[in-house]
Amino acid sequence: MKLRHLAIAAATAATLSGALLGNAQAQAKEQFFPVLVYRTGAYAPNGVPWANGYVDYLKLVNQRGGINGVKVTFEECETGYATDRGVECYERLKGKGATVFQPLSTGITFALTEKAPVDKIPLITAGYGRSESQDGSVFKWNFPLAGTYWVAADTIIQHIAKKEGGLDKLKGKKIALVYHDSPFGKEAIPLAQERAKMHDFELQMLPVTAPGVEQKATWLQIRQSRPDYVMLWGWGVMNSTALKEAQATGYPREKMYGVWWAGAEPDVKDVGASAKGYNAVMLQHGAEKQSAIVKEILDKLHGKALGTGSKEEVGDVLYMRGVQSAFYAVEGVRAAQERFGKGKVMNGEQVRWGLENLNLTQAKLDALGFKDVLRPLSTSCQDHMGSAWTRIHSWDGSKFVWASDWYQADEMIIKPMVKSAAARYAAEKKLTPRTPADCQS
Amino acid sequence: MLYRENGQFKTSYRADQQIFTISQDRWAIIALVAFAAIAVPLLADEYQFRAILIPFLILSLAALGVNILVGYCGQISLGSGAFMAVGAYMAYNSYVRIEGMPLILALLSGGFFATLVGMAFGIPSLRVKGLYLAVATLAAQFFCDWTFLRVGWFTNNNPSGSVSVSNLSVLGWSIDTPVAKYLFCLAFLVTFGLLAKNLVRGAIGREWMAIRDMDVAAAVIGIRPMYAKLSAFAVSSFIVGVAGGLWGFVHLGAWEPAAFSIDRSFQLLFMVIIGGMGSIMGSFFGAAFIVLLPILLNQLLPWAGGLVGVSVSTAALSHTEVMIFGALIVWFLIVEPHGLAKLWSIAKQKLRIWPFPH
Repeated sequence: MKLRHLAIAAATAATLSGALLGNAQAQAKEQFFPVLVYRTGAYAPNGVPWANGYVDYLKLVNQRGGINGVKVTFEECETGYATDRGVECYERLKGKGATVFQPLSTGITFALTEKAPVDKIPLITAGYGRSESQDGSVFKWNFPLAGTYWVAADTIIQHIAKKEGGLDKLKGKKIALVYHDSPFGKEAIPLAQERAKMHDFELQMLPVTAPGVEQKATWLQIRQSRPDYVMLWGWGVMNSTALKEAQATGYPREKMYGVWWAGAEPDVKDVGASAKGYNAVMLQHGAEKQSAIVKEILDKLHGKALGTGSKEEVGDVLYMRGVQSAFYAVEGVRAAQERFGKGKVMNGEQVRWGLENLNLTQAKLDALGFKDVLRPLSTSCQDHMGSAWTRIHSWDGSKFVWASDWYQADEMIIKPMVKSAAARYAAEKKLTPRTPADCQS
Repeated sequence: MLYRENGQFKTSYRADQQIFTISQDRWAIIALVAFAAIAVPLLADEYQFRAILIPFLILSLAALGVNILVGYCGQISLGSGAFMAVGAYMAYNSYVRIEGMPLILALLSGGFFATLVGMAFGIPSLRVKGLYLAVATLAAQFFCDWTFLRVGWFTNNNPSGSVSVSNLSVLGWSIDTPVAKYLFCLAFLVTFGLLAKNLVRGAIGREWMAIRDMDVAAAVIGIRPMYAKLSAFAVSSFIVGVAGGLWGFVHLGAWEPAAFSIDRSFQLLFMVIIGGMGSIMGSFFGAAFIVLLPILLNQLLPWAGGLVGVSVSTAALSHTEVMIFGALIVWFLIVEPHGLAKLWSIAKQKLRIWPFPH
């Protein structure tokens, strides 16, 4: 009896330790992509389409024949948007040969920013993360490709100014920033303050405690102070709650502008017709049901029952964000292969080089199905963002429609801010910025 | 047969007052510490260090602190996450603002400020008891969350409100490899574990337990409730604060107040309840249960699913993990309401008479 118990206990212990030890190494000719996702928890409605898009694009790359013949493999890990689980996922997937991470959480990005240089694994944070990490001379391993929160805030203000009839017309106006009270929400503040100083408009800051289901007090303040415009820096359930509160308060949705994480179908669907007129700035793409890439995914994956998630959401805003993020990661590997050997499996340092020397021309984008979805992007040692173009779209009650032409963030404002914030970070960490020679390597 | 104290005579008061009076226990603990300090660094890989062992050590330390307050002194606290946050942020401030501040001193100063905050929020315990006190300590949680989110000074005026540290070193020994981090945390845990064990065996620990068991009777026999309760809050917050500093500095590297949210407070309280209230050993069991089990389930379920030919999706995996975890908590509490530590002592009792149970 006792012996049997002991044997069972020993067997269980052996299995358990085996499960923890079992870090399968990446096979030859397979490029491994870790996928940090949150399919459960408070942010799941927004996390799921992103994850599906990300995984679908990786599957599509395999359908197209891999990256110059190198097969793509991937594994998901659930972070639940929690920093400590994110770190655990990072450590787990790192051991399986991961060469590029995309955490999809500003909090996890901050934690991984400290770990990535040690492990020599680049981080892509397309449309989130630290805004100053655009400066590649300090943030060697961070790639906020295609846009940061400063770009988002800058272009929203440009759009508002255009509607008012010029930047000088902003004088005396009142703009409220309703933000998720976390590093994510706070990222926009420095730029909004800078612009407020330049154009002499009043900036009202209204933090919303995470996850943002309780906003009565915030909207009471808005009802009292009646700002001319509201910028919404929300994520997950906070967005639909804000729209419902705006409706209850009677604040016009036409005057509300969301960041690109607050302008997708899950945010407005529950609110439906009452969200009509609500705007959001977009990280280049919007809802792209008509694009070639979506048609290809529907044809090659969902048509053959290989797709992830439901067919209906293919081409939705956050699904496209996932596709876009995976696309950048894959192109980083492809660029690395062009230098270090086509058809070879790249390591973290090589992928970092690839991401730093990305040159996605219009011809390349068109060939891969991203015509009218994405704009050309080219990165360098100094600029890890590569492109600062956005558009505004608005919800017409049943779908998103473009409400503006392209905007480019004002480099004159963002560049000095990036420089000084990056220098501050470097001083705090006692880092020496990279030399031009290091940039060449 | 193996675990018998027959023939082990205590011939002096010194021998009688040892932490482990049975030599088998003593040797087992020494062997365990030696194993953790020597063998584990040789055996474990980087993932195990960074994702499993280091969080386990730090949260064990925090659970130890909470156990002193909740388990030994009987003051239910839901503010442990806040005290961890105070430890982390104040350690950060003293580390960044004072040039040349040694790392250990910075962490201890984090503990010191956590002590002050803990004592301040412990004052209501002189009037309110039980669940009402839990609600009062909840205020600490919201207050600290608010402070670290809104007051720029604490985050060194970082616009995003997130702070980070790097290039840690102690007396020229740079703490950047997983092994170094693990040993650093282990050293803290062993030191504080020994301190806590001795405190709870001493006069002050007996005062705490007297207060816990019946505060009126304790006051009648001459124990000052204010001194006993506030000292429990102080010692507990100090240890929790140091654990918070380690969590931020060593484990995360960069953190925001969400890392020490109300969830963390509940997690620590559950560790103490599941591990065993009023038991140093229980803190370790509880931390192991709460930290390791979800990760283990998360990795084991796809593997188990593969055995029967089912591929588990990430969402299903995460839901199953929570369900099994919850069921196990309920099951353990039904089987042994006094926590895992009680199971351990029952096992020891059985081992004593093995193989001839009467």
